[in-house]
Amino acid sequence: MKTLFLNSLIGGRGANYLKITFAVLKRRKFFTFISLFGISFTLTILVVATAFLDHLIAPGYPEVNRDRSLYIWGLKEKDTKNGGMSSGPVSFSFINTYVRTLKTPAKVAATSMPNSINIYLNNHKLKVNYRYTDANFWDITSFEFLEGKPYTQQNIANNDFVVVINDLVRDEYVGKGQSAVGKMIELDNVNYRIIGVVKGCPITRIQVASDLYFPYNTSKSDLKDPRLRGSFGAIILPDNPDDFSKIQAEFSVVASKINPSKTGDKWFNPDKLYVFADRYVTSFTRQLRGDGENSGEAVVFSILFGIIFLFMSLPAINLININISRIMERASEIGVRKAFGASSKTLVIQFVIENIILTLIGGVLAIFMSLGIIYYLNHSDLIAYIDLSFNWKVFLGAIAVSLIFGLLSGVYPAWRMSKLQVVEALKG
Amino acid sequence: MINLKNIEKIYRTSTVETVALNNINLSVEKGEFVSIMGPSGCGKSTLLNIIGLLDEPSKGKVEIDGKHTNGLPDSQLAQFRNQTLGFIFQSFHLINDLPVLDNVELPLLYRKVSGNERRRLATEALEKVGLSNRMKHYPNQLSGGQKQRVAIARAIVGQPEIILADEPTGNLDSNMGNEIMDILTTLNQRDKATIVMVTHDENMAKRTHRLIRLFDGSQVQ
Repeated sequence: MKTLFLNSLIGGRGANYLKITFAVLKRRKFFTFISLFGISFTLTILVVATAFLDHLIAPGYPEVNRDRSLYIWGLKEKDTKNGGMSSGPVSFSFINTYVRTLKTPAKVAATSMPNSINIYLNNHKLKVNYRYTDANFWDITSFEFLEGKPYTQQNIANNDFVVVINDLVRDEYVGKGQSAVGKMIELDNVNYRIIGVVKGCPITRIQVASDLYFPYNTSKSDLKDPRLRGSFGAIILPDNPDDFSKIQAEFSVVASKINPSKTGDKWFNPDKLYVFADRYVTSFTRQLRGDGENSGEAVVFSILFGIIFLFMSLPAINLININISRIMERASEIGVRKAFGASSKTLVIQFVIENIILTLIGGVLAIFMSLGIIYYLNHSDLIAYIDLSFNWKVFLGAIAVSLIFGLLSGVYPAWRMSKLQVVEALKG
Repeated sequence: MINLKNIEKIYRTSTVETVALNNINLSVEKGEFVSIMGPSGCGKSTLLNIIGLLDEPSKGKVEIDGKHTNGLPDSQLAQFRNQTLGFIFQSFHLINDLPVLDNVELPLLYRKVSGNERRRLATEALEKVGLSNRMKHYPNQLSGGQKQRVAIARAIVGQPEIILADEPTGNLDSNMGNEIMDILTTLNQRDKATIVMVTHDENMAKRTHRLIRLFDGSQVQ
């Protein structure tokens, strides 16, 4: 199969190239080991990093609707006269006033930023994260309830002091596998009734991860405060997935009509406001490198790819050196091939293909090593609940980086070698 | 078939200029078997390399099979070597990582020839040199004479019109050298191949149609 593919690519020379590749690999075992070690080690790190990036970006428990959702996570105000800027999460009243009122049918969930607090369970201290949410939060996410149920609009209307906890807190509180629903938990001198227990999620799902979830009405903050900035974010799940852009456009119109906060402060008096309903990744890049209308996506991805490129360049340069000496050892072969009709271009292709085969072998090794590392990370407690996966995207990513690596480290030596004069090459 | 006009080859370094070939004019007709002789360093191999388009003259014109080859781009030179020329080297220059059959197939790799056809032609060429029983061997499993026969098979597999042999018997004992010479003579007589051979050996040169002698880069006979 591989040979057929190569043959179609290089006019029937595939089998010959494969044979010579494997013969050369076998001939200098130590070189081969060093090359393969460098390649597979680099690629393993890249594959694990890709898996981690995929974990950060792709939908996963409990945010299975992530790629169908829009996020309003931050709001930025600028004072163009004094040159000041302020940014942060939106307020609960902002969500009620400007997001829940959007006309395009969609479900809107509000969730506060997570906070941490020490709670005392069975006489020992436990540091936990908590957040306030509305009832829609449970509809937009897909938390698995190990027992009990989520709080509803009715609980909020009744002003019930209830809480949903995750299994980690449950295990600490009542013991592993024991029932916690109905028990009371004290937080900040207020007693809450445990209404449900969910399977926890990794902290990397930063928009939804927490140990405790409270209905927003139990917060001591003034949720009716009309200021634009607060401590909440909104997740919007359109009823119809095709309404994605429609909602973005509608919110953009709404946002353009909002007046910036008038604080009356002579030092900071914002006159521009930037708030967007973004896809998950964009909401993330906007926080990191966004500026005004610019989502920061291009900058963040450029930096990311720049880092990956640099990371690949160093071992690639090493491999280039190894490749040059490997190829120069074969000067006589190059001379013979040229004498019998190989053009420089054909030889470049041959050596690049040889190098790609080598890096693909390294890539396969890297896949196995990555699987081992991912298995270890998923089953260790380094990051609780982490669920890295080795899916087809990661696999294709691994193959793509292998190919780029192969090209990076193969083209220059091949080009240098192909320029050898036949007579010189034949002398070895 | 081969026409060289006023060929000069000068090797220059920053301090020294060495004239390897000086005003060589040479014509080889189709079907001729020509030998080039001369002492070591007289420019025999340089001349052969220029005829074989493996090296460029500093001055002069090279015309092969009616085609001027000076200044041809790399891809066209490669194609020309592939279609028209076959080489036999003193030190065989086989690819040790490939078995005999693959070595012989080499010129056909750079033509549009199917795998089966390559195999058939390479087997035929090996039969012609009496080595069809060694197809799966690797070069380092063969004797010197056998290696040179593989090299001859490789040179003739693409049925080139011209065979260039650079001291083909130089690394062999006289028996094996004679065997190789027999094969070359047969190729010339039976297959009408034009052969230019560099040799040190008067006896081998006597078996060719014509002898060209070089001395210090100039043609003396």
